[in-house]
Amino acid sequence: MPLAPSFLFSRDPFADMRRLQRDMGRLFAAQSRGEASFPAVNLWTSDDAVAVTLEIPGVAPDALDISVREDVLTIAGERSAPDAPAAAWSRRERAFGAFSRRVRLPFRVDGDTVDARFRDGALEIVLRRPDADKPRKIAIQSA
Amino acid sequence: MTNNRARPDTAPERAAARAVYRPLTDIYETDAHVVLMAELPGVDPDGVDVTLEERTLTIRGRLPALPREGFRQVYAEYGEGDFERVFTLSDGVDREGLSARFKHGVLTLEIPKSAQAKRTRIPVSTA
Repeated sequence: MPLAPSFLFSRDPFADMRRLQRDMGRLFAAQSRGEASFPAVNLWTSDDAVAVTLEIPGVAPDALDISVREDVLTIAGERSAPDAPAAAWSRRERAFGAFSRRVRLPFRVDGDTVDARFRDGALEIVLRRPDADKPRKIAIQSA
Repeated sequence: MTNNRARPDTAPERAAARAVYRPLTDIYETDAHVVLMAELPGVDPDGVDVTLEERTLTIRGRLPALPREGFRQVYAEYGEGDFERVFTLSDGVDREGLSARFKHGVLTLEIPKSAQAKRTRIPVSTA
């Protein structure tokens, strides 16, 4: 079914910008496939938090090591291959071994208020901005 | 370690607006079984669907809706959507004996080889 471009009807021009930005990000990710790092990362932001989501199927939660320092999040772990002789494989698309991924966050985060949730092979980490770093609204005094 | 994240499938589009991805899959043989392992990250066990009709094995995974209120996506290396992939099994397997388990986002299917096919290689091709 042919659809008119959604931006023609959008009321929020910034939503289009964001969509474009996101699509570009996806495009570049697709282009660099093959050299792309494992695990793949998606990044979400709100006013005072950043959420990092990763697909890490087949890794036990206790085999994951997550650490944060300033504005750099590191996720490391290892995924072990099934124990089968090489000749027994007829299709091999999944990657195995040790991995480590460093993600630079858009702002410095408070390492004490990190929530990490691992469910069904998907990891979601929510990190918050320290109160002191949040933008503050400045009241203007009339003379 | 590199990432071979599945591309959106080139299959005809479904009515749903959501993207459908091809799960990355490993297939290997043991003496008694053909073992298939497919990645369905983020899918909960209730959202996994395996059907076997004649020789056609279909794997589907429905990604639950993700509540991310107040968040907007700023960077993406993978797309979020459902998973689907179809395989054709050879005659040399015992379809009744198929067993499935799902753990940490990986679906593992064990399909026993039929008695006469044991010790011979079972080709499994993508439909």
